Amino acid sequence: MGEPIDRGRRQLLTAATTLTGAVGVAFAAVPFLASWKPSARAKAMGAPVEIDISKLEPGAMLKIEWRGKPVWVVRRTPAMIDRLAATEGLLADPDSENSKQPEYAQNDARAVNPEYFVVLGVCTHLGCAPMSRFVPGDAELTTSAPGDWPGGFYCPCHGSKFDLSGRVFRGVPAPTNLEVPPYTFADSGHIVIGLDQSRDA
Amino acid sequence: MKRLRFAVAALALATASLAQAATTGWPLQDARTDVGSLYSLQRGARNFVNYCLGCHGAQYMRYSQLATDLALTEDELRANLMFTGTRIYDPMLSAMPEAKSREWFGNTPPDLSLIARSRGVDYVYTFLKSFYEDDSRPAGANNAVLPQTAMPNVLAALQGPQRPKFEMRTGPDGDEVQHLVALERAAAGSMTSVEFDGFVRDTVAFLEYVSEPAKAERKALGVWVILFLLMFTVFAYLLKKEYWKDVK
Amino acid sequence: MTGEPASAAPGKLASLGAWIDERFPMTSLWKEHVSEYYAPKNFNFWYYFGSIALFVLALQIVTGIFLTMSYKPDATQAFGSVEYIMRDVEWGWLIRYLHSTGASAFFIVVYLHMFRALLYGSHRRPRELLWIFGVLIYLALMAEAFFGYLLPWGNMSYWGAQVIVSLFGSFPLIGDALVEWIRGDYFISDITLNRFFALHVVALPLVLIFLVVAHILALHEVGSNNPDGVEIKKAKGSDGRPLDGIPFHPYYTVKDIYGLSLFLVLFAAVVFFAPEMGGLFLEAPNFEPANPLLTPEHIAPVWYFTPYYAMLRAVPALAGTQVWGVLVMFGGILVLFFVPWLDRSPVRSIRYRGPIYKTALMLFAANFIMLGYCGLMPAVQPFKLMSVLGTIYYFLFFVLMPWYTRIDSHRPEPARVSS
Repeated sequence: MGEPIDRGRRQLLTAATTLTGAVGVAFAAVPFLASWKPSARAKAMGAPVEIDISKLEPGAMLKIEWRGKPVWVVRRTPAMIDRLAATEGLLADPDSENSKQPEYAQNDARAVNPEYFVVLGVCTHLGCAPMSRFVPGDAELTTSAPGDWPGGFYCPCHGSKFDLSGRVFRGVPAPTNLEVPPYTFADSGHIVIGLDQSRDA
Repeated sequence: MKRLRFAVAALALATASLAQAATTGWPLQDARTDVGSLYSLQRGARNFVNYCLGCHGAQYMRYSQLATDLALTEDELRANLMFTGTRIYDPMLSAMPEAKSREWFGNTPPDLSLIARSRGVDYVYTFLKSFYEDDSRPAGANNAVLPQTAMPNVLAALQGPQRPKFEMRTGPDGDEVQHLVALERAAAGSMTSVEFDGFVRDTVAFLEYVSEPAKAERKALGVWVILFLLMFTVFAYLLKKEYWKDVK
Repeated sequence: MTGEPASAAPGKLASLGAWIDERFPMTSLWKEHVSEYYAPKNFNFWYYFGSIALFVLALQIVTGIFLTMSYKPDATQAFGSVEYIMRDVEWGWLIRYLHSTGASAFFIVVYLHMFRALLYGSHRRPRELLWIFGVLIYLALMAEAFFGYLLPWGNMSYWGAQVIVSLFGSFPLIGDALVEWIRGDYFISDITLNRFFALHVVALPLVLIFLVVAHILALHEVGSNNPDGVEIKKAKGSDGRPLDGIPFHPYYTVKDIYGLSLFLVLFAAVVFFAPEMGGLFLEAPNFEPANPLLTPEHIAPVWYFTPYYAMLRAVPALAGTQVWGVLVMFGGILVLFFVPWLDRSPVRSIRYRGPIYKTALMLFAANFIMLGYCGLMPAVQPFKLMSVLGTIYYFLFFVLMPWYTRIDSHRPEPARVSS
């Protein structure tokens, strides 16, 4: 039988089959790629945590873990809050434009309520845990001249310094302010870390 | 050699126990569960939490999954199904500590996450309906489907107590043995027979859902996958036919 | 369309191809094994299963890799990790069902593929080594499935492994030491689980891939057989190409895609609507965690092992040892290696053989299925008798083959394939 090859029909059928096949392969790839998303267990372990702050003394700090990272809650005294304004000139990012925080923490106190400061205890340089150095006039730490340390956080790994709102000083290795996680007050004695108003982070 | 004797013994035991189940096996009733009914599952969830979760866990089931699959809000979950102190992503664990359960019942109540798959829904359904009064048992109850069960009859108030009816039959060795032939309701429970069947059915439907939460999604998706594959087969066939015109 | 140069493609693509070809035999491999590999034009339905088996191998590897990302090979965590995959991992349930259904599909496809060989004489000269590689693949596949089955650490996993590993204890003198060596412990434990995991995920997949490559190379070296059993290379055209041959690409690529598509419809039907297959693919007792104190009511291996399990149970203990059953069971697999030399028929394909072989082969297939059914059942009558008769027939099929294939009538094989 000498029927000529209908190249047009072949091309059409090949294209149709290939296209359908490609769509099928794409659909088939979805479950495999999606299986890499955080599982329900990851979500469970990364769920918001509640911390009881009713016993926290002024000037003291509580630590809790959320999503594998340390979260600190500092109950700032009025004196500590007043000292926040004094550091403005020495800060690399006083208005928190480059750092990570929820929009309700983009203020001088970097908090919903200035009395309670919630921050991730992870130095923005290379991830060490900074030490708390809340007492002003520290013998070793300075910002420019001896004795002028206003109180804040000091990272021992490479010497980065942050003020009492976790804002980074100029001239240190860390590039931005410490990160503030989403949080909300469940009531006056409890903070839920990882919850934004009434939405999960 | 010892290992092999053990293996052979295990085989013999397995076959022997199967033979026993065949002769004293209690006929299983048809559970007729409808896992597609959200209402049945919601009622079953409530039944499970109120009557089962005290002793039996469902450790592979998270409350958050219930919210998604049973169309319940987090508040409804907390109000009706969650003990105080549990969080939304927590698994459904029973409150009973394992050591205590062994002390109180002689056995740990098994986790029920997969019971519907390992025993079958008809088994669980019939089991829950087949308790009867038996003073010789520590908990005062025995079960026709699982003789000598350590589980007390938690649904007695709903179903009403049942009494066993025995018949003397000749056993395989030739002696007369007592054989359980029927269960009779001794007194009315708070539910009618039909209501109680529905109660158990809902509970078993819930357990069926718990044993495989993805089942509904699996079946729904399957329809589309097969339709797509059929369409692809048509294209592949036409393509094959076209090229094979060359081959004589 | 196919052998033509990429005239539509820009010069860039062609020159990239040339750059690669100077350094790697890309085009020559493609030509030798695909676009200029001439296969007989008369392949029928029985010839789909080789390429389908290759697809299933790839599927098992891909789904297996993704399962390994979430599975925990630890006796205290394994069972829970499988439920984690089924419930918490997104789409984990689908990946799991693809893998479990794929395992059973692999054996169905491989059994049909082997049956095709017996139908058309694909085991015969010059394809003996091809057949031997195939039997080795079958052996490796059984080992792979056996090791894999322990991993979910369900109660049937545990007890199935317990029984099969204990079989090795029946060998005289070395039996007990051998069993302890396999287990790495005094009982099936976390140690056994971990090593079976390594064998299932790494060692045997590598062995399987190597064997499949060898199998395909051996095939391409001599060329494919066909339903008429005719050597197409004996009738070549003036261009040196077999007159009854067609290039694998595009004709068999296109045909195998169609065959694969049909297979996928059936496969998807099982995955999405019956993944347990009534307890044959996923067994009910395996939804309970391994319990060394509680044997399941009814231990049976997975369906694809049951014919050999029936043979094992059919042989009674003689002289105080069960080793005879073990030897018979292994013998049933080993005898497969000798088929190329047991078959003495002057013709290759069943189409030209006489009624003896046709009857014997059909009975063999039915017998194999019957043995499998007996293996699933408890060791009571009538299954005990059927297993004994079935085992005897199984061996007679092979042992008497040199005789009945020679005395069987036959028709002359054609010189060319029939259309």
